[in-house]
Amino acid sequence: MIKEKNIAQETQCYHCGDDLPNTPYLLDNRSFCCLGCKGVYQLLSNHNLGNYYAYNDVPGQTQKNNSSHFEYLDEAAIAANLVDYTDEKVSVITLYIPAIHCSSCIWLLEHLHQINPAVMQSRIDFLKKQVVITFKNQELSLRKLIEILASIGYEPLISLQDVVKKQQSDHSEGHLIRKIAVAGFCFGNVMLLSFPDYFGLSALEQEFKTFFGWLNLAFAIPVVFYSGRDYFTSAWTNLKNGILNLDFPLALGITVMFIRSVVEIIGNTGAGFVDTLCGLVFFLLIGKWMQQHTYHHLSFERDYRSYFPVAVTLIENEKERPLPLNELKVGNRILIRSNEIIPADAILLKGEAEMDYSFVTGESIPVQKVLGEVVYAGGRQLKGAIELEVVKPVSQSYLTQLWNNEAFFGDKTMIRTFADRASKYFSIVLLSIAIGAAAYWMLHGDSTKAVASFTAVLIIACPCALALSSPFTLSAVLSIFDKNKFYLKNTAVVEELARINTFVFDKTGTITNPENTGFTFEGDITEEEKQWVNDLARNSGHPLSRELVKWLNRPSKYTAVKYMEKVGRGITGSINGNELKLGSASFLGLKMKSPQQGAVVHIIINNRYLGFFCSKQQWRSGFKDLIFKLGKDADLHLLSGDQDQDKQTLIPFFPRAQQMHFAQSPQNKLDYIRNLQYSGRKVLMFGDGLNDAGALKQSDLGIAVTDNINNFSPGCDAILDGASFQKIPMFIKQAKDAVKVIHISFAISLTYNAIGLYFAVQGMLSPLIAAVLMPVSTITIILFTSIAVRLYAKKNQLL
Amino acid sequence: MNILYLLIGISILLALISLAAFFWASKSGQNDDTYTPAIRMLFDDEFPDPREEIKSDEDHT
Repeated sequence: MIKEKNIAQETQCYHCGDDLPNTPYLLDNRSFCCLGCKGVYQLLSNHNLGNYYAYNDVPGQTQKNNSSHFEYLDEAAIAANLVDYTDEKVSVITLYIPAIHCSSCIWLLEHLHQINPAVMQSRIDFLKKQVVITFKNQELSLRKLIEILASIGYEPLISLQDVVKKQQSDHSEGHLIRKIAVAGFCFGNVMLLSFPDYFGLSALEQEFKTFFGWLNLAFAIPVVFYSGRDYFTSAWTNLKNGILNLDFPLALGITVMFIRSVVEIIGNTGAGFVDTLCGLVFFLLIGKWMQQHTYHHLSFERDYRSYFPVAVTLIENEKERPLPLNELKVGNRILIRSNEIIPADAILLKGEAEMDYSFVTGESIPVQKVLGEVVYAGGRQLKGAIELEVVKPVSQSYLTQLWNNEAFFGDKTMIRTFADRASKYFSIVLLSIAIGAAAYWMLHGDSTKAVASFTAVLIIACPCALALSSPFTLSAVLSIFDKNKFYLKNTAVVEELARINTFVFDKTGTITNPENTGFTFEGDITEEEKQWVNDLARNSGHPLSRELVKWLNRPSKYTAVKYMEKVGRGITGSINGNELKLGSASFLGLKMKSPQQGAVVHIIINNRYLGFFCSKQQWRSGFKDLIFKLGKDADLHLLSGDQDQDKQTLIPFFPRAQQMHFAQSPQNKLDYIRNLQYSGRKVLMFGDGLNDAGALKQSDLGIAVTDNINNFSPGCDAILDGASFQKIPMFIKQAKDAVKVIHISFAISLTYNAIGLYFAVQGMLSPLIAAVLMPVSTITIILFTSIAVRLYAKKNQLL
Repeated sequence: MNILYLLIGISILLALISLAAFFWASKSGQNDDTYTPAIRMLFDDEFPDPREEIKSDEDHT
């Protein structure tokens, strides 16, 4: 075991676990892959925090691409928006740190005071990946604090969304739990106090009957007016809007039960239905709580604001200063450094711009811009620093306009669940039975029985089991999906998933695997020549060069001399005495007969043309199988922002060529989805980038596919981990089965209702029957739904 | 049998105290994070570094 560990350490970076380069950085007999990792190790060991490496092997994150600037945190206005609390001495801030992933992270971040004593306390919430830091603001500025975090590899994610809208706290959840506690507390006590009456009291104990009755009534008051309050307000607002949902018969049942109990207990004519009432509210609230399943580490509501930085560097009178993004105006001159994002449409004034628009357009190849050209917001600068002049405000830039599209306001209808539709008929039938029974007894001149039967019908048919069948089924499905790395926004999405009959795919990043690019070489090349190409391309920062080096996967052997790079066009240099030229056809002065598919790197060695490397995208594993399964009973479409170079390879997957569309702008995608919907289709969209965000929102169900669920993903209804991509047909099958389970459990609870109604219409419903029937039906439903869903999941190979 | 009145009163009072305790726990945020404390308790005890002062008690503010 120890030996194995040693071997691992010799080939891996001690800090982050990446493969070591040929000449690793050494310190204290440990090897590191880069200066950044070594720096973190040095910092930690200087502050006696070596334990960080004791709890987990290689707990760190790679420090290779680390170039953030936090000057903007010195701006008082920005800092004030970020902190939770501040006074003259201390400040408290909550930060979201995506890098938190293991117990070492918790240990280190809770020992920040050893690095800087001005940190008074730091507490981690592991599941939310948040840390709450209390620090002395006289000794440590916010910027300093964030820089400490960044220097140990835990850079917090600070985005515009944090500033615009502080994260909503879960007050509602806390409220619900307290309501459940009150209802459960009263339910238990009332049951104890009701038992003597059910089992019969001897003449001696009769005096207790009124006492217990009054106590029961006292317990019922908080249950009705505190725990059950939401049902009244919800039923009332829905009724005003002309909707009959399940809350209406529930509220009616609670009201009738309470009034009848009050009348019986005060008039000393009976025991009332207090324990049924308390049990009903208790179980209903539990069902509600089950439905409120939330993923703390995921956000389904992200928009461009969580992608944009908080501030930009403004150039004013030859000086640089950070400016909050919302103060950015047309005409401002801004500085964008390498790896920063353009926040607003702007004209390039200085520097070489090479923009990565993959998040906006889906096109993976970087775009060059020349001086004077307009650079659209949302691009990420790959080369050095550039200077730009803003021509449009942030909120009206090309990218942000996609969000302000009116299509997103109000147009998207709420998902209609089965329970919603069924409850309308249920309420009508229930009311007619109650009125019918009352009328029957009235005609027979028995007004007491008329009142008794009318109230009894409303009490016994109170759809508790009915109201619970959806939440319990759907939340069981949610937790099964969760285990398979498919995260739904809420339970209603499951029912929507079962209705889908059209699938639309985005190409880049969704059906292709972004981490797996391969190359093919057309022409003749020797292994030695490949080595030269590798050693030359190693020097370039261009994505294609990096991909090529990664794919060639060999150690460097020679050093390049006379290295030259023409940004985005090609590189030249001399390796071991041989002249090498790599790059595009135009850069090398070649005349190609037909344009090649995909990105191409041509090779010339010693003025002899050898051929070219052609990058080809790889489909996600199981893609072929998936398409085949889905295509059997649904329509498949493809919408891509890329050019149609992959069209030929995709034809086997999408046999109807007119359903493949290339070079689609985000607006085109949105319109395409809308047209499908107009022709009566239920559309599911798979997307991954900001360019799909409009389409994801427009579609009936938008699923964001991502390889790292903590990375940015656009606003959507569900997030799917790329590793589970091939399981989609199973998920859909499971959703359909879940709907089946809901239907069956509706039938079961209606049967229980029918039994109760048999007693109720005759006006002979005793509190005991109600008190037995209600919990029994509820427990049947809970057991049935959870078992049935798990059986189906086994059948669908999801468990 | 009158003792029953007293006993029932006491039992309800005790139950009310536990309900109040639950409310207090819920309000003070004890149920917000149920995962991290389980990991935190597994960390080894710290041996105070001679160069630094002991300040672990400040963690409970």
